Amino acid sequence: MTRTRNPDSESESESKPSSSSSSSTGMKLIVPLQGVVQGRGGILLGSLIPCALFYFLQLYLKKRRRSNHNNHSSNPPSPSSSFPELPRTPSRSNLSSRGSITRARLSRLASTISDDDSAYYVGLNRASRDPYHKFSNPDGIIQLGLSDNTLSLDLIGDWMQKWGSGGGDDDLSINGIATYQAFDGVDELKLAMADFMRQVMGRSVHFDTSNMVLTAGATPAIEILSFCLADPGNAFLVPTPYYPGFDRDVRWRPGVDLIPVHCRSADNFNLSMTALEQAYAQARKRGVKVRGILVSNPSNPVGNMLTQDMLYNLIDFAEDKNIHLIVDEVFAGSRYGSEKFVSVAEILDSDSEYIDNRRIHIIYGLSKDLALAGFRVGVIYSFDRNVLAAARKLCRFSSISAPTQRLVTSMLSDKRFIQDYFETNRNRMRQVHDEFVDALSKLGIKCAKSSGGMFCWADMSGLIKPYSEKGELELWEKFMSIAKINITPGSACHCIEPGWFRICFTTMSLEEIPLVIERIRRVVEVCKSSS
Amino acid sequence: MSHQQLLSKIATNDKHGENSPYFDGWKAYDRNPFHSTKNPQGVIQMGLAENQLCFDLIEEWIRNNPKASICTPEGVHQFRDIANFQDYHGLPQFRKGVANFMSKARGGRVKYDPERILMSGGATGANELIMFCLADPGDAFMVPTPYYPAFVRDLGWRTGVQLVPVHCDSSNNFKVTREALEQAYDNAKKSNIDVKGLIITNPSNPLGTTLDEETLKSLVRFINEKNIHLVCDEIYAATVFSAPKFVSVSEVMQEMKCNKELIHIIYSLSKDMGLPGFRVGIVYSYNNDVVSCGRKMSSFGLVSSQTQHFLASLLSDEDFVNKYLETSKKRLAKRHRFFTKGLETVSITCLASNSGLFCWMNLRRLLKEQSFEGEMKLWRVIVDEVKLNVSPGSSFNCSEPGWFRVCFANMDDETVEVALKRIRAFVGRETNDNNNNGKRVEVKRWKSNNNLRLSFNSRRRIKSGYTLPNMYG
Repeated sequence: MTRTRNPDSESESESKPSSSSSSSTGMKLIVPLQGVVQGRGGILLGSLIPCALFYFLQLYLKKRRRSNHNNHSSNPPSPSSSFPELPRTPSRSNLSSRGSITRARLSRLASTISDDDSAYYVGLNRASRDPYHKFSNPDGIIQLGLSDNTLSLDLIGDWMQKWGSGGGDDDLSINGIATYQAFDGVDELKLAMADFMRQVMGRSVHFDTSNMVLTAGATPAIEILSFCLADPGNAFLVPTPYYPGFDRDVRWRPGVDLIPVHCRSADNFNLSMTALEQAYAQARKRGVKVRGILVSNPSNPVGNMLTQDMLYNLIDFAEDKNIHLIVDEVFAGSRYGSEKFVSVAEILDSDSEYIDNRRIHIIYGLSKDLALAGFRVGVIYSFDRNVLAAARKLCRFSSISAPTQRLVTSMLSDKRFIQDYFETNRNRMRQVHDEFVDALSKLGIKCAKSSGGMFCWADMSGLIKPYSEKGELELWEKFMSIAKINITPGSACHCIEPGWFRICFTTMSLEEIPLVIERIRRVVEVCKSSS
Repeated sequence: MSHQQLLSKIATNDKHGENSPYFDGWKAYDRNPFHSTKNPQGVIQMGLAENQLCFDLIEEWIRNNPKASICTPEGVHQFRDIANFQDYHGLPQFRKGVANFMSKARGGRVKYDPERILMSGGATGANELIMFCLADPGDAFMVPTPYYPAFVRDLGWRTGVQLVPVHCDSSNNFKVTREALEQAYDNAKKSNIDVKGLIITNPSNPLGTTLDEETLKSLVRFINEKNIHLVCDEIYAATVFSAPKFVSVSEVMQEMKCNKELIHIIYSLSKDMGLPGFRVGIVYSYNNDVVSCGRKMSSFGLVSSQTQHFLASLLSDEDFVNKYLETSKKRLAKRHRFFTKGLETVSITCLASNSGLFCWMNLRRLLKEQSFEGEMKLWRVIVDEVKLNVSPGSSFNCSEPGWFRVCFANMDDETVEVALKRIRAFVGRETNDNNNNGKRVEVKRWKSNNNLRLSFNSRRRIKSGYTLPNMYG
């Protein structure tokens, strides 16, 4: 921002104001000012100089303010990259909302949302417009960018067939489900959910229904929690790479910023406490109020788990800084690897005397672990009475549809079915994962170590040129147009190292793997031949 | 350090408006709910605008159409596609069904485009969503009084939007006048408040009246001139049970020049179809930018795919929809007539209404003091002693004390009888008391900051024991 001065010119500096506004030019001007005071410079200079000084001071301050806005998403990965695809913060969208006088004025938020062209969403849209189908559209785009699990939907379909229609007229009766229900979920569902979570997280963990608020999906759950825990302009720290949807859930309407804490491949993208401390300190220096840490466990998009030690570290850190810890455990039941999963609830359960659990909040839902994304069932689990009270009022905007509550209660209460589902699903996931990762490595594409989630975090940095976000996005485009596969580029997940891609494997059957690999091979060959 | 400090302003302020007496009465009901056999002395819920008159029709349809439910053997094969479906565009058949229903509720005089239909978490979510699209924190929306109390929460809590009331009063049956609009708009401008639009509820909650075509046209002209938005909350569209017929803003738009991009409709199935538990809220906008950004925001309140699937079938059944709309109208008319006639036997009048699930009851002659304190006192007596949860007009920001909203469609005939009996007994007691006291009560009109009109209407001077001239039907 400040131009470096040529030291030679210092002694000969005129009283003419320099265009540099650094305070180090003060000396340059004091000398002529002295002259003015002593009557040599004249009134003209005496008035010119302070005015000019003042003008350039304002310019400098304005520039600094603008760059602070630009640095909202701090720690830009590389100076050479730009982020055309990342959602811009609201402060930069003022311009687009000022249309002509006769145009209808919309909100600033509306402009931000319209401008959001993250590759994550663009990819989803393109794939949905030309979806692959084995028979009717074999050349369509294969959707591997949405973490959906279709591997075990048949099991759920079977259950529905056997038990879905319940006992006769009872379940067909409108009475009781048509009317207004408790907006944070009916008691029966909460009980069933508490039990289900116990099964998923670990048999020893106890979940209390009075700590639960049910919402129409995990998406509004995260948004509601953001509204409760932070004010607009505040921030959460979030390890990268992270789920692109967080940008929408936390930033859009709550106006809470996400400060990335970069994780690197050298650590298998595990979080380092040093990086966390640094990010926190930098935020504070910039005057940003950090209200919490947001982590996903198992992690999306990498698929690794937080160790028990790391969880304790995070809890201690949150305690020390007096901030919240939000753990998104939506993939808790989608595990296929050997790494042990520890839910933060387990730690709180066992160490309740030493830990203030009121600052820890869990997000859960049925979209991943039970493949019921369409049904919109999410959970906020918190120990803080005030957070729960506020969340109960806020979930008024996102309540679960009553007939769905009834259906899901039924399903979750069938413990035997749930157990069977998890076992079978785990095996199927493991099979597909292992085979797919193996096939990828034969193409020269290595994946990060993962034990949970529905995706591989694949290193394609060898295929991109240049080694930058631009190169990564060009590769992404190649996947879309040549291979006709939608995968998620790491930049959409704010990964600091270019070239990583998230590929969801749970919408592929074992039989379809060769087809997908074949398409990926096309791109690999194109890249290799052009290099 | 106090844990309260760890929460956001939104979590700790009371802009959710739930401290209003509107919600207080519900608490009284929750503590002691009426049941015809188990708790006949309990509080009767007349503060909840729910439509329970036509469940039998829906149940019959469900029995005859097992394919519509993915829970039945006939319908379960669709489960795979439905369970996974979380596209924020919504099921095309669902949107078509809703567009079809909306059109039928307007007598087929307008057609709706399924591509403009956005989902949200009930009408509550829909109202909030449209505000997020149209206004920034600190901006304002004008709203005619009296209005639905939860607008405070739905339109302003998380959005930061302020409500600028446009005062209406009984002198012209609470119609919105051009003068009132101009006044509210000018006052807002003077206070440096950026008014982004006007929101109306048509049919009105709590009045139960529909806007006539002329008034609606003048509203459209007004917003066009000021280049501000018009949000029409039409969730009671199909509850119009007698003349005049319902005129939607969509119809009026067809007949006059206006900037379509300023017009948005809020809809829901909670009132018209009595399915509030299903959480079906709809935003219909004629503005393409609003549709595209609102659609992305609908991720926070998507309708369950199971529900979408069911409703897609239900609402595309032409015969069913026709029969339902016809029957619902008749039953509402009957219930309304029964209830208002029952009130008239004790000289309680209601604002003449042709729609909604409630009456706007005039209890001014029962006030011991013609003020809002008097209204609150009367309300407490009605809730605690008469054991009826009715909603006081002040909670709807009504500018005149003495009006109460009473819902009549969320109970069976016997309960209505019990409610009427209690009212008759109460009014009888009150009238005797007043006769004995023989006091002359003078009217005190509440003057808001915005209401510069000061009128002394001689018709309003009340001698206790005399009934008001029956101007309101």
